[in-house]
Amino acid sequence: MNYIEPHGHMVSRTTDDYERMAIAGCQAICEPAFWAGFDRASADGFYDYFRQITEYEPKRAAKFGIQHYSWLCINPKEAEDLALADDVIALIPQFIDKPGVLGIGEIGLNKNSRNELKIFEQHVQVAQDYDALVLIHTPHLEDKLKGTRLIVEALKNFPKIKPERVIIDHVEEHTIDHVLDHGFWAGITLYPESKCTPNRAIDMLEQRHAEQIWMNSACDWGISDPLAVPKTMQAMRQRGWTTEMIQRVAWDNPRKFMGQCEKFKL
Amino acid sequence: MPDWTPPTQVNLVDLGFMDSRSKLIDLAAFLDRVQRAGQEGDFRVQALKNAIALLSQDQPQRAKDVLLSFSDPSSTPVEKAAMQGAIGAYKK
Ligand SMILES: [Zn+2]
Repeated sequence: MNYIEPHGHMVSRTTDDYERMAIAGCQAICEPAFWAGFDRASADGFYDYFRQITEYEPKRAAKFGIQHYSWLCINPKEAEDLALADDVIALIPQFIDKPGVLGIGEIGLNKNSRNELKIFEQHVQVAQDYDALVLIHTPHLEDKLKGTRLIVEALKNFPKIKPERVIIDHVEEHTIDHVLDHGFWAGITLYPESKCTPNRAIDMLEQRHAEQIWMNSACDWGISDPLAVPKTMQAMRQRGWTTEMIQRVAWDNPRKFMGQCEKFKL
Repeated sequence: MPDWTPPTQVNLVDLGFMDSRSKLIDLAAFLDRVQRAGQEGDFRVQALKNAIALLSQDQPQRAKDVLLSFSDPSSTPVEKAAMQGAIGAYKK
């Protein structure tokens, strides 16, 4: 069955991964800008990274018949350095009109600091100025609850940002209701250790009737599985899900959210 | 959004019992191991023990409550990010 991988850091993955994803039915991969596993020394590092995700990765994906889209920002892990963050945000206008760029992301918080919050708000302002979609990363583990609440609070100061054009990613059982009840989309990340297993993801999908939710592997340079989405689709089958409902989560939902940007054509 | 079609009923115990049994024994062995090594005073082990107590409640929101028990309950941003990673349990 065809599916969309709405969150994959393919710069960290091998070409073999593209091939395996294509064989599993992946038709499109969306790549948010994120941490590269190390702190970049200057905005030049981000300039090259933005070129990589907007120019080079789409070509690599196309060899396997996969569409590749991207999102731009400086991620919260590197946003503690305000001067660097300003320089990187200043690069966004050069790239935002490129064919596969869907919006601003993955912005958000990491350790819930004042500087992270400040840079988050600057990015939301850019998204508002360009009427762009927004993809938000929520912090890990013990920091997730607080970070999710701070993010939802901060978004209230941007009345022109419509909740249905924002996805708040990496939700878990203690944050999903807060996100969906405020009208935002929610992303569930299938990560072997630190985020969510297929069964927990399916539990949450059932509780919320799979509305305004997508699931992703967030595969990156860490322990992660680029085939987590098709594996979860298989687990849905074993749990009695109909083909139509599996397709709604793996295909219709991400297509509906990203289709709000006219550049997303699938 | 079209209507929600609930999954057909399957035996979830058949599907999940062995996996849960195995994870529970692993957890028990972990607690034994850290105790034998004299490391059970670690705040993370205490956080695990607090979370385990939440499993005996009656409402089907154990996963949520376990996650809440590991979470930073504060609501104001910190002055500065002292590190980049997270530990998994909030140190009071
Ligand atoms: Zn990510």
